[in-house]
Amino acid sequence: MRLVSEFRQSELVGGLVQNIRRHAVKKARFMEFCGGHTVAIMKFGLRQLLPPSLTLTSGPGCPVCVTDNADLDKAIALAQLPDVIIATFGDMVRVPGSRSSLQEAKAGGGDVRIVYSTLDALALARENPGKSVVFVGVGFETTAPTVAASILQADREGLNNYYVLSLHKLCPPVIKALLDSGEVNLQGLICPGHVSAVIGSRPWEFIARDYGIPCVVSGFEPLDILQSIDMLSAQVAKGESRVEIAYRRGVTPDGNATAIKIMEQVFEPAPARWRGFGEVPGSGLSLRPEFQRFDAELNFDFDPGPTINEKGCLCGEVLRGVKIPPDCSLFRKACTPENPVGPCMVSSEGSCAAFYHYGENEDR
Amino acid sequence: MAKTKTDKILLAHGSGGKLAHDLIRSSFVPALNNPLLSQLDDAAVISHEGRLAFTTDSYVVQPIFFPGGDIGKLAVCGTVNDLAMVGARPLYLSLALIIEEGLPLADLERVVESIKETARVAGVSIVTGDTKVVNRGNADKLFINTAGIGAVSPGVDISGHNARPGDAVILSGPIGDHGIAVLSQREGMDFATGLKSDCAPLNSLVADMLAVSDRIHCLRDPTRGGLATTLNEIAEQSGVSIRINEEAIPVRDEVQSACEMLGLDPLYVANEGALVAMVDANDAGAIVERMKKNRYGQNAAVIGEVRKENPGRVVMKTGLGTTRIIDMLVGEPLPRIC
Repeated sequence: MRLVSEFRQSELVGGLVQNIRRHAVKKARFMEFCGGHTVAIMKFGLRQLLPPSLTLTSGPGCPVCVTDNADLDKAIALAQLPDVIIATFGDMVRVPGSRSSLQEAKAGGGDVRIVYSTLDALALARENPGKSVVFVGVGFETTAPTVAASILQADREGLNNYYVLSLHKLCPPVIKALLDSGEVNLQGLICPGHVSAVIGSRPWEFIARDYGIPCVVSGFEPLDILQSIDMLSAQVAKGESRVEIAYRRGVTPDGNATAIKIMEQVFEPAPARWRGFGEVPGSGLSLRPEFQRFDAELNFDFDPGPTINEKGCLCGEVLRGVKIPPDCSLFRKACTPENPVGPCMVSSEGSCAAFYHYGENEDR
Repeated sequence: MAKTKTDKILLAHGSGGKLAHDLIRSSFVPALNNPLLSQLDDAAVISHEGRLAFTTDSYVVQPIFFPGGDIGKLAVCGTVNDLAMVGARPLYLSLALIIEEGLPLADLERVVESIKETARVAGVSIVTGDTKVVNRGNADKLFINTAGIGAVSPGVDISGHNARPGDAVILSGPIGDHGIAVLSQREGMDFATGLKSDCAPLNSLVADMLAVSDRIHCLRDPTRGGLATTLNEIAEQSGVSIRINEEAIPVRDEVQSACEMLGLDPLYVANEGALVAMVDANDAGAIVERMKKNRYGQNAAVIGEVRKENPGRVVMKTGLGTTRIIDMLVGEPLPRIC
């Protein structure tokens, strides 16, 4: 099994870097939407290879990071209910909400389990018929179909103790909100690879068409990202704006029809709150009426309490691409991976964590 | 004397009464037999001359059996290796077991057999021991503690404080095998690999290294936290920086792929049969050649160098030609792997 090393071959890097330097005569700012891209760029020190005229800015593509405190508080409040098992992906456990975290709720006696997929959460529901299992549905279009599939499966099995707290988010609407705000001036967008594997590349076309910004769907290996930067630079040099796919081994223009169908069968678009953005219309997913018996929000009586946002935390600004982690007065001081103040320092896809671990790569 | 028949460990096995007596007589003493242990006194009496190294470690790995090893092998190797990493020749081990009520006796016997075999390979004697049984739910199957004593030859001075600018950094073999092999067996982690833990006693490898050089400054086995954390510890203790070369560090394709899938970095994944050494650069070639002749050092290679500037920092030159800061491990991505 060789799925990694061929995308890190140093001999191919030189050619791409040469191309990028040749194209990059104008000053340009590209945003990598995905936290996964940010981490790869930082980890492999890719900025060291780019000409000074090119700037890379990190975007809001980290599902854990964009989850609003008000929504985190809901999960934490649910964890404190008797006979409720919270099933969640690992990163969410340590993210601080307004007053507490799932980790603290667990230490206080709450039943919080880390799962690797919704199948594990379904298994928990089957094994614990006397309890209610609530899956914390955090994620983009990448994970939403798997959550939808788990609801369909629970429906087929007649499981009456499985619930989803749907905090899912959709990417194209938030990019539109970001561009409409006018806060960041972008000449290119590195579009999310895994999200596009599900929704295809067509949903990005409005960006190229209406905003004149070149788009390239990128994979997550260093060579993928360099190739995408090269393709964006070439578009900028030619004055073009199109949607291109660099991640052809994972993405087609139309995406994964089955995944989209399942997602649309179970969920419908709804407004959602994003950290840093506030409410963005049509950017969330709520359960359709016929599946509302699986909706944790509608089926439990719980009080998440008033929402409090930590003073001084710049996660919101970082997610909008208007600040970088070292701009935050808490970064590396009050806020570290061991003692995170904001989610961007917790998540494995968070910009602050990436800057914390690999940021000094930029010094050399 | 009639033996009490049961196929599971009962609370009474740890009571100090008849069942406990039988368990020790029937399971432990014959398997681990040596003149010091068979005395069955409250303490083993041993004579010594010169400097001793003394260490202890507890083992809580889950699951207790994994590809390439088990908790018993781990408990012997871990302590033997801790002694070897200060250049000591491991001699005697203690063995203490905390058993959860209900553990199948066959599992216990399999672990004891593995302890016996590993101790034989490592050339150490288990000279004292203890067994406790706790209520179901108060431990997870089996926890083991071993302590070990080793002899340090005159002139040997190996410590995490001794890395010097100019030293070569040697790694004995591929990294990440143990952590990924254990993880692959976890419930809910159904991925199949042919991967085995590298769990091994490294004292013979260290003896071989010491036979060709008296300028080995620092040895360490990168267990929890992996190679990255070990290098950071040494850089900090010795007040030096360490520069490593990604392309020189062997990582098996299975480990690399599993790490990508799980969002892990092989540099931070645990090893139980690898060592990293800081040695005088002039001796590095001879040491590596000798290591390659030992079964546990066949892939030994120089992976980097020790430098003076930016003390405490570990930097890696990547395969792409860029450089990357290698930080300490934060948090615990893989709990209970040893």
